[in-house]
Amino acid sequence: MKRALAAIVVLAVLAFPLVFARPFPRHVMIMIFLYGALATAWNVLAGYCGQISLGHAVYFGIGAYTSTLLIREAALTPWLGMPAGAALAVLVSQVIGYPVFRLRGHYFAIATIGVGEIVQTLFINWDWAGGARGLFVPIKRPDSLLNLQFHESKAVYYYIALGLLALALGVTHWLERSRRGYVFRAIREDQDAAASVGVHVAREKHVAIAVSAALTALGGTFWAQYVLFIDPESVFPLSLSILISLVAVLGGVGSLWGPVLGAAILVPLSEGTRVLLGGTGKALDLVIYGALIMLIAVFQPSGVIGLARRFRRDRRQATGAAQASSA
Amino acid sequence: MGFVYALVAAGLSLIFGLMELVNFAHGEFLMIAMYVAFFGWSLGGIDPVLGAPLGAVALAALGWATYHGVIRHILSGPMLAQIFATFGLAVFLRNMAHFVWGVDFRTVQDPWLSGRVSLGGVFVGLPQISASVAAFGAFLALYLFLSRTETGLALTATAQDRQAASLMGIDTERMFALGWAIGGACVGVAGALVAMFFYIYPDVGGTFALLAYVTVALGGFGNVPGTLAAGVVVGLVEALAGLLIPPAFKYSVVFLLYLAVVLWRPQGLFGRF
Repeated sequence: MKRALAAIVVLAVLAFPLVFARPFPRHVMIMIFLYGALATAWNVLAGYCGQISLGHAVYFGIGAYTSTLLIREAALTPWLGMPAGAALAVLVSQVIGYPVFRLRGHYFAIATIGVGEIVQTLFINWDWAGGARGLFVPIKRPDSLLNLQFHESKAVYYYIALGLLALALGVTHWLERSRRGYVFRAIREDQDAAASVGVHVAREKHVAIAVSAALTALGGTFWAQYVLFIDPESVFPLSLSILISLVAVLGGVGSLWGPVLGAAILVPLSEGTRVLLGGTGKALDLVIYGALIMLIAVFQPSGVIGLARRFRRDRRQATGAAQASSA
Repeated sequence: MGFVYALVAAGLSLIFGLMELVNFAHGEFLMIAMYVAFFGWSLGGIDPVLGAPLGAVALAALGWATYHGVIRHILSGPMLAQIFATFGLAVFLRNMAHFVWGVDFRTVQDPWLSGRVSLGGVFVGLPQISASVAAFGAFLALYLFLSRTETGLALTATAQDRQAASLMGIDTERMFALGWAIGGACVGVAGALVAMFFYIYPDVGGTFALLAYVTVALGGFGNVPGTLAAGVVVGLVEALAGLLIPPAFKYSVVFLLYLAVVLWRPQGLFGRF
């Protein structure tokens, strides 16, 4: 039953572009996949390892800039730029991790905000990398998989974004069951206790941020190829870091499907209100966002997925009680 | 500017010391205080200097309402819920401001205090000077309140040990609400002072809030005099960095300073941990 349901969902997702040929529904789905993947990547560090980073835009931006600059300077295909960006993001994450992982809780969160602001300022003032004006990805026609540019249809972008999400989910799924996943969760629950039973806390945190940064950077490269224009305001802002984490928090932190669920709720909400109210300059969608996040945090800190779990448990208890009484 | 940063940060520090919770909507509180001062001036003809008490009262009410509406429910929750409840509040307030007041930059025209004065050959804007004096005064008042009055001592006691305080007959629930009200009042005064010489727009809180977090973390969370010292340090570093290197980088230097300090002393310069 459960397996059949999963198969139906997978088939529906795969067949979606065949049914919906118009760009807008496809765009919404692509954004869901992208934000789902980014939030899943964030979840590896924050959800499982308990390190609440508010600077993940750094890795997103590095992914976007690395691949784009490699196209400009070396005419390298984004398929190679993508792993290059991920590798660079891992490197940067290790450097950043060295000071910030000494901090805990709120201090850590604030330090990551600070790092994010520094990196954004550096890129705004770095003329070789486009400075504040940003970079255009050189347009290449006709559409080709090699150049990762498609001007005629969004279908291929759709499947690539889906692939990114599947990759992020696969890594998380593997992590959830591996020894390392248990170690991460031990650090989240009590870092001192974990250290006392022989966990190398600093090393494990560096592993967590490396995985998280690499996955985030892949999303950055995809974004650059999708919109074909990047600038520090769009790929490095604090608001992006916060948005990534909000998606995960809304859906449910520290669970496999939570971030995807969060993206599936927030992205249509944001795209929908943008279309309905767009151009008025009234940020009503963000007002709703803010209120929603507050409500979730106050009433259901484990996110929407916690709500679903509670509902299922209640129902199971109800049916269990009914069976007991009939017997 | 250092004293103003310190005053903005003082409210944050007070709230953190009281309940180990960072108010990520603090910058938005400041933004609202600036709007209060602005509308006091444009609608009521009240100069921002006189509007400071107005801002203090309005923001104290907002702080009190925030505590009872949101914070009370998440005190015992996980840290993640605490962070995101106040983040949600920040997003909500900021975009409400977008929605209600629009994105236009507003300024207070011709405040009573304008022009500049010469201090030993250095020209400084009169609004800036009077803002820092007033901020220092407000800070002093806060410090005296905390250390000299019975209520202030009760507040400090609650910050040090919640359970012991409640055993001594202190209504900690009331103290928390009071802490939020005072934190709001600090930022209310600061907002009115800043409104004299700064543009007022919905996103204005961002920069100030970031600096306030750095200030608080630098001074040690919950340490009010430490916050004052750290505020002055941040203000000086910002001004000096603006002189010595391209001004675009001046905030980066402040953040770098913060990272350097926490590497050496994770609890901040004057933190007690």
